[in-house]
Amino acid sequence: MTYHHDGSPRAHGAGTGRLTSSWQASGAPATLREHTACYGPLPQATGRARRELIDQVAAAGLTGRGGAGFPTATKMRAVASGRGRPVIVANGMESEPASEKDQALLARSPHLVLDGISLAADAIGATEAHLCLARTRDWLIDTVAAATAERHRAGLDRVAVTVHAMPHHYVSSEETALVRWLNGGEAKPANTPPRPFERGVGKRPTLVDNVETLAHVALIGRYGGAWFRRAGRAGATGTMLATVTGAVCRPGVYEVEAGTRTGDVLSMAGLDGGSEAVLIGGYFGTWHNLPTVADLPLSAGGLRQVGSSPGAGVLVALPAGACGLAGAAKVLRYLASESAQQCGPCKFGLPAIADDLTQLAAGRPDGDPLARLHRRLPVLVGRGACRHPDGAVRMAASALASFAADAQSHAQGRPCAARQPVAAQSGFAVGDWR
Amino acid sequence: MVSQAASTAARSAMHAAGHAGSSHMASLLAAGAASPSPLWYATRATGAVALLLLTATVALGVAGIARVDSPALPRVVRSALHRNVSLLAVAFVCVHVVTTVLDPFTSISFVNAVVPFTSSYRPLWLGLGAIAFDLLIAVVVTSLLRSRLPYRAWHAVHWLAYACWPIALWHGLGTGTDSKVPWLLLLDALCVLAVAGAVVWRLRLAGNGGIRLAGMIATSAFVLATVVFVAVGPLQHGWAKRAGTPGAAQVARERLTPGASREVRHDISP
Amino acid sequence: MTQKMLIDRTACTGHGLCADLLPELIELDEWGYPIIIDTVPSGLTAHARRAVTACPALALRLARAPRQYEHR
Repeated sequence: MTYHHDGSPRAHGAGTGRLTSSWQASGAPATLREHTACYGPLPQATGRARRELIDQVAAAGLTGRGGAGFPTATKMRAVASGRGRPVIVANGMESEPASEKDQALLARSPHLVLDGISLAADAIGATEAHLCLARTRDWLIDTVAAATAERHRAGLDRVAVTVHAMPHHYVSSEETALVRWLNGGEAKPANTPPRPFERGVGKRPTLVDNVETLAHVALIGRYGGAWFRRAGRAGATGTMLATVTGAVCRPGVYEVEAGTRTGDVLSMAGLDGGSEAVLIGGYFGTWHNLPTVADLPLSAGGLRQVGSSPGAGVLVALPAGACGLAGAAKVLRYLASESAQQCGPCKFGLPAIADDLTQLAAGRPDGDPLARLHRRLPVLVGRGACRHPDGAVRMAASALASFAADAQSHAQGRPCAARQPVAAQSGFAVGDWR
Repeated sequence: MVSQAASTAARSAMHAAGHAGSSHMASLLAAGAASPSPLWYATRATGAVALLLLTATVALGVAGIARVDSPALPRVVRSALHRNVSLLAVAFVCVHVVTTVLDPFTSISFVNAVVPFTSSYRPLWLGLGAIAFDLLIAVVVTSLLRSRLPYRAWHAVHWLAYACWPIALWHGLGTGTDSKVPWLLLLDALCVLAVAGAVVWRLRLAGNGGIRLAGMIATSAFVLATVVFVAVGPLQHGWAKRAGTPGAAQVARERLTPGASREVRHDISP
Repeated sequence: MTQKMLIDRTACTGHGLCADLLPELIELDEWGYPIIIDTVPSGLTAHARRAVTACPALALRLARAPRQYEHR
């Protein structure tokens, strides 16, 4: 992964330029002036007009861009009508290793995100605003802090945004983990109910949204919900940021219309001709052979039929001739190492299936790892405080399904000669959770 | 005839002494009693049984944490036994306290039984009993109410059991009349072995090597300290006096303790 | 009336007493953690209550109304 001199990840303004309009080739963040020149000033609505934003967001059909894809307006309404003064938390953690879009957005258009926080805070009546970033990314924290300082000098926001540098673990970006940490605890997922929208930071209704979602809110607040719907295909609305990596010539972040043909998105990034499979959604996503998904829209509705979803807009192309099972095994080992270790099935089950899948992929089965996997995978679903084990199981199951032929030959002790196809990052340093 | 008169006189004098609250009077008079007070035997017996029950409670509790599973003792049975044995232990401790308070031999009041170190009779060793009693009540009451308490609070108080048991043991060794008796010493030793063994078994499971080591050291130190204490304390001649037994009671005790002459002297007069 | 058996997965440490007392609805996985069928038929309510009380970690709970629940 190469970085620009300022440390921010590669990004491409190619595709439909809405969020990426102000992204500069140099990679430097857009200043407040440049941001205002590009998008116009922050709408300063008052009273009822503030809450009308939620209606606009509903009309736009905006769904969460953090991976869950929940309708944003529904969440905003729930928080606004909750008991207590609302709190807004912008999730900029991006602990998904295969995703770079949030970092790119914050590094290049921090004011878009901060505008979104401001407008959403007004709409729900929040009196407190937080922006959570991973503390391993100093360069990003500095950029965002500078942007908030600019806005403070300009007296722009009614509610000041507090920027937090949080522990960087895979599960720390889960919404209950954010809330728990902000409440003084560890950055580990908590039991639900209650969900943050009912009772979160300081026991108040809390709106937790991905930074890209809030960036879209910032634009909807300026141009309206109908404008948002003008982009989008195959029933999906607006644009989305997609991170395309793996066997592509131009890896990076692309802004595309939601519902764009998946194959087209891969082509934009210069997909290698020989690549045969892709991981969609992230490390907790699903593996598919290209012919299955190439014609499908990159949207929740479009991918549902194959049991997939765009997640946080992540696409990882498997290199030609590489073994998908080996890639899946490496991802699964990573996920197992990133368990918060709070719940038995995750703490013990994930390492067990990671071991099984590794044995299978290496072609050196001890007993019958395939049978063990088929027995264990269903047992691990829905038995943790968060969805981490569920995501890991779904990823592993999709690999076994999509690479079934490989699985059979591996099970019979015939490995394939493949190098490591997916640059799965090793678990983040054993830092603490507080 | 003489003994009958003596005992009648003793009884009415005891009454008077009870009202007056004088320990010396009471013990002197009690020394003239025809036979050892049954209350005293009851105190000793209930004390020993309470120690056994507490030992069993602790062992069962530790076995639960140590996830000792056997078909002979299903988890729910062990859990219920732990609870019921502890309640039985409380019952025996309560009887032990009542018989002690009522016993004319020494003037230990109910206050002495719950407020440590306030008694005139072996203040330190009896005080340990008061502490153990308080801790036991705290542990049991919070456990009976555990569904209404936050888990952490209940758990924190329950840990006091690790303090309660050794204190109760040392109370028994220090106060107990029978500390010299061989079979009771054996019983004490078995109790110590049971609890120490259970704790060591449970420490196996400790994930933190530092905690495991600290626990092992603490357990071994405690066992050693107990052995040393018994050797230089209760087993030595003159322990009763060193432990703080008020003079007259001590005299009477020496006469009525097994090993000494069983004949009651009738020529002691107030 | 039917009730729901809810579990706090972070509190559960796999003691397994619940499975002993309510085998109709609770089974232990290979690591000793409960797999729960959360709908408690009225006939088993007493047993379910006993299982809830027996849990050393107080991880189980019985709830009356079918609220938003997420886990088995």
